[in-house]
Amino acid sequence: MSHAFNNTQPIYLQILQRLCRQVVRGEIEAGDKLPSVREMALQIGVNPNTVQRVYGELERLEIVETRRGLGSFITENEIRLNQLREDLKSEQIGSFIKDMKETGFSREEILEGVRRELFKN
Amino acid sequence: MTDYIVKFTGVTKKYLRQAALNNVSFDLPQGKITALVGPNGSGKSTILKLIAGLAHPSQGAVTVHDKTVNRRIAGEVAYLSEMDTLYPFFTVEETIRFNAGLFADFDNQKAGEILSFMQLEPDKKVRHLSKGNRGRLKILLVLSRRAPLILMDEPLAGLDPLVRDSIIKSMISYLDLQQQTVFMSTHEVSEVEPVLDMVISLHEGKIMGYEEVENIREKHGLSLVDWMKESIQNKEMRI
Repeated sequence: MSHAFNNTQPIYLQILQRLCRQVVRGEIEAGDKLPSVREMALQIGVNPNTVQRVYGELERLEIVETRRGLGSFITENEIRLNQLREDLKSEQIGSFIKDMKETGFSREEILEGVRRELFKN
Repeated sequence: MTDYIVKFTGVTKKYLRQAALNNVSFDLPQGKITALVGPNGSGKSTILKLIAGLAHPSQGAVTVHDKTVNRRIAGEVAYLSEMDTLYPFFTVEETIRFNAGLFADFDNQKAGEILSFMQLEPDKKVRHLSKGNRGRLKILLVLSRRAPLILMDEPLAGLDPLVRDSIIKSMISYLDLQQQTVFMSTHEVSEVEPVLDMVISLHEGKIMGYEEVENIREKHGLSLVDWMKESIQNKEMRI
């Protein structure tokens, strides 16, 4: 997983996005315990301070709860998790639409293109 | 509020007439991994030696924990030299025991863990070790000390990618950033980047850049290597 970082975003943000995607995909489940800061830092190959920052952000976003002495756990709050799923969806779609518009495609072209691609087979 | 563990104030270091450092001032934040980068001859080793008490400034002051640095700082500072400092006739085990005897803060249990992790043979003589294993042993000695400040002068120099990887991993596993600070000079900029909090760039004895690594990406959208090249072309940075 290390060295797979792009140059344009801070590393902590990239790790944060990666984890959120894993939660939405179900690779990490509600209530799962995250590895300790040190273990995670070692797995990814980054500074523990960076992982600390990621965990702090996840907590601030209420995606993760820290239980003193036990560790950090993914929230079991269904509403929060659905919100995360929706947020990721609009971000991806928004980013795609922006790119397409910049290339000069109209709304109708974009919609038609997506429809055709989705229902191809 | 950041705590600064090392402070350089107006430091000039001359060797004969040549100024290795020219009126350098900066503060090193505690609890972070900071890299010192710059071309060969820019003064990186000099900075580390001044903090380790192995050299004294011609002008200005160097403090650690707000105390002026002298030889006795070795109790608080662990220093990994870029030169060959291991005794060739010692075995790995004897080297560890020798260092344990020198430093009160040496943690034998930690040394044992790192020894296994690095897969070093305790009975092998240092002169029979490969360059890579000597590099691993040097890092073991430094990381086994519970010193608040760890200085490393080119810890990855001349080592193959696997050894470099194991050294970086051992740094992540065995450092306690709540109690320790790391300051390392390196040329392997892109390799250590994921592990860094801060970077200071040096050129011809002057500070050219002083930045948090995450800001370099966020604000400037640059890789660390590109930032370093740019900073060296700019004017001197006054902290």
